Amino acid sequence: MITFDDIVKVYPGGGTAVDHLSLELPTGKITVLVGPSGCGKTTSLRMINRMVSPTSGRVLIDGRNVAEQDEAVLRRGIGYVIQHAGLFPHRTVLDNVATVPMLLGRSRREARAAAMELLERVGLSTEFAGRYPAQLSGGQQQRVGVARALAADPPIMLMDEPFSAVDPVVREGLHREFLRLQQDLGKTIAMVTHDIDEAIKLGDLVAVFREGGHLAQFGTPRELLEQPVDEFVAEFVGRDRGIRSLSFDTAAELAVRPPADAAQDGVELVLDASGRPIGWRRAGEPESLLATGGSFTGADSLRLVTDLAISSPVGIAVRVGPDGKADGIVRHHDLVDYLAARRDHRPAKPTP
Amino acid sequence: MINYLSNNSDIILTALRQHLYLALLPILIGIVVSVPIGYLGVRFPWLYHPLVNTCGVLYSIPSLALFVFLPVVLGTKILSPINIVVALSIYTVALLARTVADALRAVDRTIVQSATAMGYRRFRRLVDVELPVALPVILAGLRVATVSNISLVSVGALIGVGGLGQLFTRGFQLFYLEPILVGIILSVLVAGLADLAIVLVQRAVTPWTRYQHGNGGAA
Amino acid sequence: MNLSYLLDPAHWHLTAPGSLPQLLLSHLGYVALALLIGTVIALPVGLYIGHTGRGSFIAINAGNAGRSLPTLGLLMLMVTLLGLGLTPVLIALTVLVIPPILTSAYAGMRTLDQQVIDAARGMGMRPWQVLTRVEFPMALPVLMSGFRNAALQVVATATVAAAVGLNGLGRLLIDGLAVNDYSRVLAGAIVVAALAIALDLLFALVQRWIVSPGLSGRVRARARRATT
Repeated sequence: MITFDDIVKVYPGGGTAVDHLSLELPTGKITVLVGPSGCGKTTSLRMINRMVSPTSGRVLIDGRNVAEQDEAVLRRGIGYVIQHAGLFPHRTVLDNVATVPMLLGRSRREARAAAMELLERVGLSTEFAGRYPAQLSGGQQQRVGVARALAADPPIMLMDEPFSAVDPVVREGLHREFLRLQQDLGKTIAMVTHDIDEAIKLGDLVAVFREGGHLAQFGTPRELLEQPVDEFVAEFVGRDRGIRSLSFDTAAELAVRPPADAAQDGVELVLDASGRPIGWRRAGEPESLLATGGSFTGADSLRLVTDLAISSPVGIAVRVGPDGKADGIVRHHDLVDYLAARRDHRPAKPTP
Repeated sequence: MINYLSNNSDIILTALRQHLYLALLPILIGIVVSVPIGYLGVRFPWLYHPLVNTCGVLYSIPSLALFVFLPVVLGTKILSPINIVVALSIYTVALLARTVADALRAVDRTIVQSATAMGYRRFRRLVDVELPVALPVILAGLRVATVSNISLVSVGALIGVGGLGQLFTRGFQLFYLEPILVGIILSVLVAGLADLAIVLVQRAVTPWTRYQHGNGGAA
Repeated sequence: MNLSYLLDPAHWHLTAPGSLPQLLLSHLGYVALALLIGTVIALPVGLYIGHTGRGSFIAINAGNAGRSLPTLGLLMLMVTLLGLGLTPVLIALTVLVIPPILTSAYAGMRTLDQQVIDAARGMGMRPWQVLTRVEFPMALPVLMSGFRNAALQVVATATVAAAVGLNGLGRLLIDGLAVNDYSRVLAGAIVVAALAIALDLLFALVQRWIVSPGLSGRVRARARRATT
């Protein structure tokens, strides 16, 4: 657990970077610090590994004040990933990853062997091991950066805009793999980003900062979307919070109608021999076949169901069971009714 | 020409040997002295400008003037080879200390911060990270210093110690072209070989520069 | 070895032949002449090679090649071939001054931000205007430092040239050595060193004065200080 205890950071010129921050980042979770430029998120992050010292207040890791520990020893136990990876240009990829283990005294052979495994873990083929950073693409360099941070198996990882320098397609892939990695490793991660969508997608908890170093809101992504504490947070989170908050609920409790009910809308669901949906046929047009556009299962999010219903040419989403067989339909209206009922029955959360 | 070479080969070789000693010893001294000084100019930022200015002044002193001025300071005889070695060492340090300081300052800040964040302490970070990354620039400066030194040694002939410079003065006094030509050719050749040697060392020791754009390899 | 020669007022007589001021003047004269000829030859060539990229091999290696030429050897070679006098010495001085000017002119042009040049052309500037109004001013910092190097090179070489008969401050050194008059030697060394340092400072000031503050980073530094 990482604790910020009434942290203040003021610069000699007079600017306040962090204004009385008290925050707890739970062990084993991803906490994202997000906000506009100049809001103190990076400064706060860097106080954890003592790259920046607070003007007043303490930063504690599992109860121990970081200021009381040897800074180099402290940092060897914390993984640090930054925007452009900061790889050593003069070392091969493998030696870059093996850096911290060697600093900790492991033999070169051991460190390199462990590094090799890590490269595979972050999705890089071992042929990259002998190459130099200048020969890698941005996305590949970033993966090496992550591998390097993981090399000494630190319990804590600090990540400062780790995915901002790569293009959106590559970033998607990196996000997915990052989450997969975290599932395997369960590290305590503090991440900084200016991209609220990334924060919501990756974070277990999100801390929104305002300019001047104030903490505006701290909570789960859902809380941020559904119950922003003020105008600033609502604006920052973005206009379409309603739709985005649907990502957090599954269709498990969504009641469906039997496929035959589609006759009410003048269409019929066409199935193949094993009962899987092929398309829609309009009544009276035996030759017509409209695409379903996909189907959902009970495990999929409400957001997906909504999207299916909207983009379907007949306005109906098809549910399938684990075997792929169609077992229900949801029409536009059914969906809206369900969402309304959900809203009415939701317990109101007190705003902080 | 051939006659000259075969008749005077021992004179030429002795001159060459002395020339190499007088040119290369200052390089070694220069390297050993400038790396710490250059580093200090970066470690203590207020030292940088005084350092650069002092080096600039020292470097601008004409070689012959320095050769004859040093006996006053050092108490050596005016015709002693020590003057040459000390003078060339001063030039080498004046050039290299500034090069080392500039090269270290030019190392990408994010790399240095990365190293610190990983838990490197100051000294090890210098040796493991900063100096290697700065090496290409430092070696480029070393090339300049080496070639300059080799060229400057012959001026020492005017105070009686000059390696290949002796060939120039003999040829000039006797109005004899061959020794002068031989001296020039050998001097340029040695300079070219030394330059090439450093380039080869750079390629071997900094293999990563091959892949960086805007670097053109070992240029 | 003492300062007697330097401090003797007789040696500072402004018009007496062989006096310190006279030698200083002739030394400066040779420096100016060699720099002028060298610049006239090397600057256009260097700018051209840098601008077009053709012949860059010459420009890149000129610096190294020039540096490896032994100055004394070259001077004595010229004089042995062409006899005593100003011309052979001047040829040698010019040959030595061309490489630094050539290399820095080339480097100055080569490292220009191509986007800026592109913008200038896009605005409708003719090639000549782009060269004189955009490329040349931007290349100036590098050019000036090359020029400074060249100037120091000439001052030093002109000193050595006294050994082949040239007038100038080197006379004190060479003649003094010949007759074991070490205070004369010291006087020559001190004055020529002072000249070199003064010239370097002068060029540094000129550089600061003619290079646009936008380029030298002074403006950036001021702005940076204002926002922290």
